[in-house]
Amino acid sequence: MRKLVYQELTPMTPGWLAVVGGLAVVILAAAASVVYMEHEGHWVTGMTNQVVWGMPHVFAVFLIVAASGALNVASIGSVFGREPYQPLGRLSGLLAIALLAGGLAVLVLDLGRPDRLAVAMTHFNFKSIFAWNVILYSGFFGIVALYLWTMMDWTKKAFYKPAAIAAFVWRLVLTTGTGSIFGFLIARDAYGSAVMAPMFIAMSFAFGLAVFNLVVMALYAGSGRPIGDDLVLRLRKLLGLFVAANLYFVAVQHLTALYWAGHAGVEAFILRDGGIYTLLFWGGQVGLGGVVPLLLAFAAKPQCRNAFRMASALVILGGLAQVYVIIIGGQAYPLQLFPGMEISSSFADGQVHSYVPSLPEIALGLGGVALALLITLVGASFLRFLPESLGEPSAPAEAEGHGAPVGVHQPAE
Amino acid sequence: MSTDNNDFDGQRRAFLQVAGAVTVVAPGVTLIAAQASARPAGEPASAANRWGMLIDSTKCSPDCKACVTACKQEMGLVGHDRPRTDAQYIRKLEVSDPSTGMRHSLPVMCQHCAKPACVDVCPTGASMKRADGIVLVDRHICIGCRYCMMACPYKARSFTHEDQTDQKPYLPRGKGTVEACTMCVHRIDAGRQPACVEACQSSGGGAMLFGDLSDPSSEIAKRVSTETTTRIRGELGLDPGVRYQGI
Repeated sequence: MRKLVYQELTPMTPGWLAVVGGLAVVILAAAASVVYMEHEGHWVTGMTNQVVWGMPHVFAVFLIVAASGALNVASIGSVFGREPYQPLGRLSGLLAIALLAGGLAVLVLDLGRPDRLAVAMTHFNFKSIFAWNVILYSGFFGIVALYLWTMMDWTKKAFYKPAAIAAFVWRLVLTTGTGSIFGFLIARDAYGSAVMAPMFIAMSFAFGLAVFNLVVMALYAGSGRPIGDDLVLRLRKLLGLFVAANLYFVAVQHLTALYWAGHAGVEAFILRDGGIYTLLFWGGQVGLGGVVPLLLAFAAKPQCRNAFRMASALVILGGLAQVYVIIIGGQAYPLQLFPGMEISSSFADGQVHSYVPSLPEIALGLGGVALALLITLVGASFLRFLPESLGEPSAPAEAEGHGAPVGVHQPAE
Repeated sequence: MSTDNNDFDGQRRAFLQVAGAVTVVAPGVTLIAAQASARPAGEPASAANRWGMLIDSTKCSPDCKACVTACKQEMGLVGHDRPRTDAQYIRKLEVSDPSTGMRHSLPVMCQHCAKPACVDVCPTGASMKRADGIVLVDRHICIGCRYCMMACPYKARSFTHEDQTDQKPYLPRGKGTVEACTMCVHRIDAGRQPACVEACQSSGGGAMLFGDLSDPSSEIAKRVSTETTTRIRGELGLDPGVRYQGI
């Protein structure tokens, strides 16, 4: 077993500058969008009094959910003692913080009054799941930062396991909180279900790992560092497992709702008659984002890295489709003020509400993604987050469950 | 403070007794009674009151928009010809039963729930319920997250989508915050009725009645205790302060 050496990425190379420059452009476009939307007011967006949460919320929720999932690799390595994952624990923590920062930035900058962030941090209604989430999200930064410290400072080894367990529990609670944003909403037929919380946890496992996989592959390809086939296969199969878990909870959610006659309308809307939402559900979320990655994860050739990349990319796209269907589809279906009756009004009662995302909304969402990637890249460029090697691509897989060629976790410091 | 409250309650009751005495009630004549006395400045709203409305949809014509028009005038709600983002505190709902063809017309606004979902979900406490049951938004601490709009089963809230001008002094509106029917709290505190109710009684069908549900001597309390009334989405258990008949 080789000693594990962590090394910063080399910054200021032409490739590095190009990537940072590209991400900065996207972030600047997002900033310009925010200025425009906040100056003009939200009427310039696709959001209305009917569809009050739009594309920024889709990106924000995706990033926040993915953030807690990105911590999985670290948790599997340290909480559950799976050595092959331990070398990637640092990157896992960094990416988790970065994704959460990106998601929260989008969420906050879409507020009607983003200048009142301090109000949100000082006025708490503890009956509100949103208020809990303010604390859960803030705490996540702190706990994961401490967790990273114990990973990177050998003198804090004694706190490594407790910090890992604390971070793991915290991330489960955090995603429960995110799912409960919708789970606690009794007004809308598409929400109001306790299954939202575990479903969001399954979503986070899948989305977070998918993002993690692509980031690892990109960083190692970009810096010319090797990744072992064994690790790639492990991550691919783990992704398949998480995708299956997500599909399971989606099935449970819809079967439960279908069994309840009162929810037949919203289920028919999402599953059959909803146009773009039905297409995104079956084609995006279930098909491209679920079944295809599942096949790629378990049926493709073990050494096929394109299957790994493709599965991860599809899980991300399917995940965005899933969050879109949940958030936008759930609002597009009209509120049932008089269940079983037909209603109409000047306020669009009884109608399926249209929503067309505006360019500034999309730019803001992409800005959150770019911010998360920039934090990750800059972090990995100036601190020792990445092992110099994650095994050789051609190395034969070691015995299952007994570690990749990279050996045991042993910080370089 | 409690002594002051008792004095105030006593004054209110005396006023209501006089108001009741001078009100002529006859078949076919709409009851128009002042239901409240003015609340002195500095006096907090009292939990002894539960302001509410009773709306009889059998007296509400689909063609009548008196309540809606009065609300817009009272609150200074100027449309921008953008129906999807223009604020509506009160709207007329046309309801029909697809199996029988039975039709109703009725106004819907914030239902001023006793257990309001909007107040529960608001992270900062900007959505709040006064002691007397009126649900309001404190626009000083509303951050514009719109979670209350997601949570309201009545679609009663609007988001202020643009800059506001010529606002009413009693209804400060702010771009980027959420707003809704205040039950004309400024009028109630002055001992008057909400603008929609006043308009309905004077130029509409007389379908709307406002009053104190907690005051057994009030007309609204008498009617809800003797006549069948319905709450919209009553099964949600939010205990709305607005009740309906004929639906």
